[in-house]
Amino acid sequence: MRTYVVKRLLIAGITLLGMSVLIFVLMRLAPGNITDIIFESAGYVDEADRKRLEAELGIDKPVPVQYVRWLGDFVRGELGKSYRYDLPAWEIIKPRLPVTLELAVLALIFSVVLGVPTGVISAVRRGRAVDYVLRVVSLAGLSMPSFWLGMVVILLLVRSLGWIPSMTYVSPFDDLGANLFQFVLPALAVGYRSSALIMRITRSAMLEVLREDYIRTAWAKGQRSGAVVWRHALKNASLPVITLIGIEFAFLIGGLIVTETVFNLPGVARYLVDAIQFRDYPIVQNLVMLIAVVVVLANLTVDLLYTWLDPRIKYGKA
Amino acid sequence: MATVTARRAEEILAGALPEQRTRRSALGLFVRKNPLGAAGGVLMILLVLAAVSAELLATHNPVRTSTRVLVPPGADFWLGTDNLGRDLWSRVVYGSRISLVVGLAATLLGAVVGGLVGLVSGYVGGRTDLVSQRLMDIMQALPILVLALVMAAALGPSLTNTIIAISVVIIPRAARVVRSSVLAIREFPYIEAARAIGVSHARVAFRHVLPNTIGPFIVLITAQLGGAILVEAALSFLGLGIPEPHPSWGRMLSIAAAEYAQKAPWLVIFPGLAISLAVFGTNLLGDALRDTLDPRLRGS
Repeated sequence: MRTYVVKRLLIAGITLLGMSVLIFVLMRLAPGNITDIIFESAGYVDEADRKRLEAELGIDKPVPVQYVRWLGDFVRGELGKSYRYDLPAWEIIKPRLPVTLELAVLALIFSVVLGVPTGVISAVRRGRAVDYVLRVVSLAGLSMPSFWLGMVVILLLVRSLGWIPSMTYVSPFDDLGANLFQFVLPALAVGYRSSALIMRITRSAMLEVLREDYIRTAWAKGQRSGAVVWRHALKNASLPVITLIGIEFAFLIGGLIVTETVFNLPGVARYLVDAIQFRDYPIVQNLVMLIAVVVVLANLTVDLLYTWLDPRIKYGKA
Repeated sequence: MATVTARRAEEILAGALPEQRTRRSALGLFVRKNPLGAAGGVLMILLVLAAVSAELLATHNPVRTSTRVLVPPGADFWLGTDNLGRDLWSRVVYGSRISLVVGLAATLLGAVVGGLVGLVSGYVGGRTDLVSQRLMDIMQALPILVLALVMAAALGPSLTNTIIAISVVIIPRAARVVRSSVLAIREFPYIEAARAIGVSHARVAFRHVLPNTIGPFIVLITAQLGGAILVEAALSFLGLGIPEPHPSWGRMLSIAAAEYAQKAPWLVIFPGLAISLAVFGTNLLGDALRDTLDPRLRGS
């Protein structure tokens, strides 16, 4: 068990280190740097000023030196400075974190609440009309771009109710009702897709478990069907479902990028797009690295949860 | 059990019949068993037809602007016009070409590169396998769209670069699928037999192992195609994918979203509907193919 944990930690470390190299190289490949942008907007370029700024940013140093310096800063929690806003990156990211986190948590709640029961029902009623309808609805969720879904929802609301999407973000501590109202639709738009994934994995895991002997025994004993399905079967089918939920939580950020843009929410994901568009590469580099840390930690947690959730799994040799 | 036996019997009977009859009944069997998959197949055929015959289907030049801006759908402009007076129907039809070309090219590129990595990694094993596994881990440590976004930003917006950016995302997924089937195939006696009669490793890998991974590989390609089309749409929507004047569905939505959604809702509805139907088709077909081609999942 301990060797397994150590091994998993080691792999997580290697993955993050590799990711840091990948991101760093990609950002060097990108055309133009932040000094170009800053001086472009000023209209003229004074070579001396430019050299001074490059020195301040450290981009006049050899690339390996830049890499080591950046990684050191990142590990110490130094996220650099945004030259677009002329503020430390952390000061821009910090107020945006709760927005993204709230959206991600709400979307995940929706996706579990919608995905798990529909998956169970679909498995129990396999081959019936309900199964077909639920499968088509979930596949539709995987097929619609979440940003388009968001746009259509806004359009419908405006047309039918005359509702106008709020242009400013309301903190939950100022006005919880208004805040939730603002978050429900984007969270549903993102959560629908995840719920489709969760529904599919729940369905296939349930189908596997429902074939087992002990389920037949439970039926034969005359147990209520509710108890058999929801207690006996779902419990044993939950492992792949929990894995997916853990991974989806980290991967939700992909859906948030476009959804935050469409719903005009000032989150971290939208800021990443802003930073890319303004070639604020130090910020892009750090944000992407932060996302990778979240994903790797989520994977690690799920892997370690496995041993606790399913005592049958032995990792001595693995 | 009874249905399985009946199905076997049907397959055996089909095999005993003349060639042409067999092919038709195999297709008929697929349609009967997978009505949803067949529907997906029809959607895919429509998409391909639209892409191939865009010149015939389009009623206007998709990139030429005119003074008739934001005209609602009607007899002249079937789906209306956009803010620059371009005919939306023609743009949506030509957009199918972009979506299909980018989706197919990115998926094939990613699947071939990833498939080769998976083949070598699974067949050679040992340290090679360990190193390539870790590399694939790294490539999967970012959400799909984030990696594609960063790749697209690093390469700059163009058709080719968008294809490369999306294919990179597919590589680790393809490698995983092929590797796991190679690991199973490697243990079969016929592989040992091939080696025993002196067949070289390269020939065993490419002639005897690789063809047997084709089932999961086809399933993977169909499943990833829809994903690739969605990522292209999202990248173009964010302005980091296909540049103007190419009519890309995602790009059309971003212009619509900016200012004209309320005044001209058709600009939002039709390109999005096109994306959704295209991806829906690949997903339906992909699911049906998985059920048919992947024996482990048969019956579930």
